[in-house]
Amino acid sequence: MTLLEVRDLAIQLDDKQVLGGVSADFKQGRVYAIVGPNGAGKSTLANVIMGLPGYTNFQGDILYRGESLKGLAVDERARKGVTLAWQEPARFEGLSVHKFVTAGAKTTNGRDLAAAALRQVGLEPARYLNRAVDKTLSGGERKRIELASILAIEPALVLMDEPDSGIDVEALDQMFEAIHRLKEKGSTVILITHSRTVLRQAEHAYLLCDGRVIDEGPVNRIGQYFENRCALCDHTNEPGPQEAL
Amino acid sequence: MSDAELVQRLLESVGIKPSHVLSDDVARLEVHQNHVVGAHLLPGLEVDTTERDDGIEAHLRLLPGARFERPIHLCFGMLPEKGLQHIVLEIDVEEDASAQVLAHCTFPNAVEVKHRMDARIRIAPGANYSYYERHVHGPGGGVEVIPHATVELGEGARFKTEFDLIKGRVGEMDIAYDAVGQAHSVLEMLARVSGSGTDKIRIHEKARLAGEAARAVLTTTIALRDDARAEVFNTIIADAPRARGHVDCKEIVQGRAVAKAVPIVEVNDPTAHVTHEAAIGSVDSKQLQTLLSRGLTEDEAVDLIIEGMLS
Repeated sequence: MTLLEVRDLAIQLDDKQVLGGVSADFKQGRVYAIVGPNGAGKSTLANVIMGLPGYTNFQGDILYRGESLKGLAVDERARKGVTLAWQEPARFEGLSVHKFVTAGAKTTNGRDLAAAALRQVGLEPARYLNRAVDKTLSGGERKRIELASILAIEPALVLMDEPDSGIDVEALDQMFEAIHRLKEKGSTVILITHSRTVLRQAEHAYLLCDGRVIDEGPVNRIGQYFENRCALCDHTNEPGPQEAL
Repeated sequence: MSDAELVQRLLESVGIKPSHVLSDDVARLEVHQNHVVGAHLLPGLEVDTTERDDGIEAHLRLLPGARFERPIHLCFGMLPEKGLQHIVLEIDVEEDASAQVLAHCTFPNAVEVKHRMDARIRIAPGANYSYYERHVHGPGGGVEVIPHATVELGEGARFKTEFDLIKGRVGEMDIAYDAVGQAHSVLEMLARVSGSGTDKIRIHEKARLAGEAARAVLTTTIALRDDARAEVFNTIIADAPRARGHVDCKEIVQGRAVAKAVPIVEVNDPTAHVTHEAAIGSVDSKQLQTLLSRGLTEDEAVDLIIEGMLS
């Protein structure tokens, strides 16, 4: 069943056309990758789907469970099951990991839920539950805590922007396990990345360049194309005839 | 109402189980309006109290070298809707004594209550004194809180104070602390206040670093909503060699609230160093969007961010 349909999506930011007619389908319970070079529009696509401020004035449409997300605020989209893991998670001075992880969860037993979510991302609850989500945590720890907060709310659709940034190799494996756990529970995961390692976690990939989808398909083929062609491209985000399919 | 019942009611109003503080190993003093309704002393602590028409005078003396396993508990408050409570407090922490004091001030039914405290705190050389003051007010905001204190820190003495007013409406508040630190003394003053409605908050903390290598940190964190107003004037004056100080003020403003922060630093010795920072603004957009993307409403998200900031 298709969970999310992006239809001819276009958006200008500061008079620059960042997305120029993107279409993509995302089925329930599958892991997707949006891959492309820096500036291709990958994060913008995620931000538009989430409805972040500054990303709401777009052309085209986004259908979620067959209904348009146009006009819905971030929290309204979130309550329908859409959420976003940020490339650089926010710091929250004084807010405990326990409260942050369970912030959006509907539960009466928040501490147990937070502990279980932390274990799933490889963090020992006893060491983290009472700590603040602040600068005393490394970037990698905050990424894992953010993923724990997403596991706790069991969303239908997770947009993950550069999930490997700031993460060490061991933690990355735990993050991948958590992504597959989300899939097993029926969530759709969209990985925003330019990393082959992350791309390999997906089942289907879209290749974005200069605000357009220039290919889609199995991750191996898209990955090879990305590595062999995009990495060498002299005209980043301005594909010439050699990049066009 | 008996004194024991008043103690029970005061403690319950601040969310403390009476059994937690009414035990033999906790030194304590409870004052309802102008009447001492409960007290328990331990060796090393002397307390003299005098009841007056408008409040009480109390002299607390921590004897030289005194140590206390559990924090000393003070509770000042009044249950009636109207009235005045004026506490004149003299605290002497004598050489090498060390104690933590947890003070609760509670006015749960206030409609027109004035709570004034004039304190003089002397901390002798080598002594260590921490004073945590938690206020619990009702939702009506009918309280005027005026805690004023002078603090003298002897050589090598340490003083830490935390003032919290997070539950209930502030009403009107005027905090004024004036401290002087001798050589190698350490002073920390922290205030956390949440204002809403038409609350008015004024904080003026001042530290003079009079002795060599004396240190001080003044930190104020305030969250304001609705039509609340706050003014913070925090001052550190460094007169001595190698004195160190920092003034930090952070205010989150929502609605029509107005905040003003004036950090003042004065350095009168070339080897001293004092810094300051002040930040006033709305809640951080990224924090807000993160919580919204978990499904919280904007009000819920702002509440959680402020709760963290004031925790």
